[in-house]
Amino acid sequence: MAFKMSVQKAKGKVEEVQLGSGDNAITIGGEATLPFYDFDGETGSKAKLGMEILDIYPEDWVKPLKETYKDVAEDPAKWAKFVEEEFNPDFICLRLEGADPNGLDKSPEECAEVCKSVAEAINTPLVIAGTNNHEKDKEVFEKVAQAVDGYNCLFLSATEENYKGVGAAASMAYSHKVGAESSVDINLAKQLNVLLGQLGVDYGDIVMNVGNAAAGYGFEYLVSTIDRIRLALFNQNDKTLTMPIITPVSFETWTVKESMAPEEEVPEWGSREQRGISMEVSTATSILSVGSDAVVLRHPKSLETLKELVDALE
Amino acid sequence: MALKGLDIFKLTPKKNCKDCGFPTCLAFSMKVAQGACEISKCPHMSDESLAKLEEATAPLMKTIKVGKGDNEYELGGEKVLFRHEKTFVNRNRFAVRFTDEMKDEEINEKIENIKSVQYERIGEDMKIELACVEYVSDKDNYLDIIKKIKEELDVAFMLVCEDTDVLKEALELVKDENPIVYGANEENYEDMVNLVKDDKLPLGLKAKGLEELYNLVEKVQGLGYKELVLGAQGESIKETFKNVVQIRRTALKEEDRKFGYPSVIFADELSKDNKFMEVALSSLFTIRYGSIVVLDDIDYAKALPLFALRQNVYTDPQRPMTVEPDIYPINGADENSPVLVTVDFALTYFIVSGEIERSKVPCWMAIPDAGGYSVLTSWAAGKFGGSSIGNFIKESGIEEKTNSRKLVIPGKVAVLKGDIEDSLPDWEVVVGPDEAMHLPKFLKDLQEEAYA
Ligand code: B12
Ligand code: SF4
Repeated sequence: MAFKMSVQKAKGKVEEVQLGSGDNAITIGGEATLPFYDFDGETGSKAKLGMEILDIYPEDWVKPLKETYKDVAEDPAKWAKFVEEEFNPDFICLRLEGADPNGLDKSPEECAEVCKSVAEAINTPLVIAGTNNHEKDKEVFEKVAQAVDGYNCLFLSATEENYKGVGAAASMAYSHKVGAESSVDINLAKQLNVLLGQLGVDYGDIVMNVGNAAAGYGFEYLVSTIDRIRLALFNQNDKTLTMPIITPVSFETWTVKESMAPEEEVPEWGSREQRGISMEVSTATSILSVGSDAVVLRHPKSLETLKELVDALE
Repeated sequence: MALKGLDIFKLTPKKNCKDCGFPTCLAFSMKVAQGACEISKCPHMSDESLAKLEEATAPLMKTIKVGKGDNEYELGGEKVLFRHEKTFVNRNRFAVRFTDEMKDEEINEKIENIKSVQYERIGEDMKIELACVEYVSDKDNYLDIIKKIKEELDVAFMLVCEDTDVLKEALELVKDENPIVYGANEENYEDMVNLVKDDKLPLGLKAKGLEELYNLVEKVQGLGYKELVLGAQGESIKETFKNVVQIRRTALKEEDRKFGYPSVIFADELSKDNKFMEVALSSLFTIRYGSIVVLDDIDYAKALPLFALRQNVYTDPQRPMTVEPDIYPINGADENSPVLVTVDFALTYFIVSGEIERSKVPCWMAIPDAGGYSVLTSWAAGKFGGSSIGNFIKESGIEEKTNSRKLVIPGKVAVLKGDIEDSLPDWEVVVGPDEAMHLPKFLKDLQEEAYA
């Protein structure tokens, strides 16, 4: 008997979602196979790799990164421009930490201004992430969506609590893209897509964020959730789960002990920066290899490594 | 694989003699197929039929053992392609590569690194499990390295070598350690099988492509040898990935046992001296079906995510990892020690208790029944709230064990402070840090405050 490739044909396909505008727009999704399974069929567009920046000075980031950004980190627009020129990511993710009510509690108007200045400064598509405070995010996104009208940004995220406000502002009033954030559960992911759909958001304007964790911290639940979401689409053609998936990996990987513990405290662990990159690279690779279509990264070395990996696999 | 009743029936003598306790051979076969009865209950089965049956009911992916004693590991034996379908059973193992071209200095450094990167995570040992020792050209040095590793390290061996003469000598040194002998190819496979068969050592096969590998397995199986691991390495990352996935799928989905063996990947070779690429590839093959992943070297930056990822992926999704709700003394807690509350999720418990131990400050740990969830998950699920924590403190008997009335709660549920205070008016609820790693400093400060 001779060897025969084992091939699995899919019944459904991940939606293609565009971010950004004009020549610089990128496409997320489009695959009808598990990640990198080109022997099965169409693998869609390449996994997209984004870089994280903040609207405030990155006080908690590792020293070498603060050093890299020392001349630009006070000004998000300059910072974004710098990242675009130096590292050329597929997209930039601006995280509005300054809006956090438990922090600087910046007003929606201030945030709108910052986002606008960033969008104007770069050609790279922009992803805008909020604070995780659902009420505040809604208020902020309503203003920001208007300020960056025409830039076709992705907003992270609409949740069960605030999807009406976020969905209406971001996607319906100003035709941006909506991130749909659910908590590591296929049914919750589905339900939020359906709710957004009922509100009037086009399924083609949704990117799912189905949960986020660092490797070692409940990460297996993410693996299984995404496995199941993708199999529901490919095996059963579940139309409510056709959206591509984005995972803001860096939001989780840099706050766990492996990346945070100071070198004085755990000398045998070695360089904190290296540990942080390694956690980020491992988590991002893992989530891309189960089915995420885009990840947010913090360290240029992580971006470089993942780029090389994705190029090698696609 | 489940065999149907009719398939089994075809193998019975069809005598309907009832010796098995069933009225007919068919009835008996149906019971066997359901797993309700052993085939051995029929005394009249021919040897040939029994062999066929064994073949047909053997697992789709064979479990291969490597190493001896404390360093014995099972590889393969997987039943599903996705962990939610049941569970992954035998975690992939990490190896570090040595070759006879390396200078003493380099060898010693790797040995030291393997020794120093050993730690516990959630109650399990994390370490490099195999030494991959590759023969290039210098036999004496090769044998010396094997001797040295055997003396200095607690690892299983994978001998990478295609020269049977060299292997013979190498096996004199480590045969008893049940090493993998990796290097059977199209040309040497017969000699290789002869070399390993008496000791039933796992044999590693390598070939140019998947087809060639498949044919090689067929030939080796034809010699009656089935203790195999498969070299999945291709020319490129892409090809290697395809190979690994195809091997696993062919076994489990196509139910073709020729590829029903563990696979070996040399991540070091594919990552060309880029340490972070090595981390990326090792993660990729942890998620997708690698059994042995060979690294260039080990340090904590590589180990921390890789071992943690592997531990996560190989947890049984049907068996929640929990600890018994109770109060636990740590660092010799006594009647003056404060109480820290957390959840009964094993991951959280081990992380938090580890940090408390590191602080050396005597503390009581209070673990209410939180459904086996993490702090925020159980809080969001309504299983870790002000009244449940309050009731647990009242009923656990902790109020008799300590006179301290300080109750530290996780920073992530700072919002619970008021509710708990309402439920426990005698207690002072202190909001702890968000991350357990800040506990040592926090507890030392708390201790000083108490003495001040
Ligand atoms: C894996 C996971 C699950 C798994 C459960 C795993 C488990 N056994 O807990 C599953 C898939 C089952 C799940 C379910 C749900 N989840 Co969930 N889940 C996660 C996830 C991805 C990781 C959790 C984890 O394992 N963390 C690791 C452990 C170690 O963290 P930890 O327990 O907090 O411990 C740390 C600290 O708190 C601290 N600490 C712990 N104890 C103590 C004690 C003291 C004294 C101190 C000082 C410190 C301290 O130290 C630890 C390390 O630093 C998180 C997101 C995330 N990245 O955190 C969401 C998350 C926790 N889940 C969430 C939600 C909403 C849910 C659901 C309610 C969803 C739903 N509507 O059904 C359900 C609840 C379950 C149910 N329906 O019954 C939300 C909570 C939102 C919020 N802020 O309230 C999160 C944050 C995701 C999100 N962003 O939406 N979840
Ligand atoms: S003992 Fe064997 S031969 Fe006799 S009835 Fe049972 S199965 Fe048939």
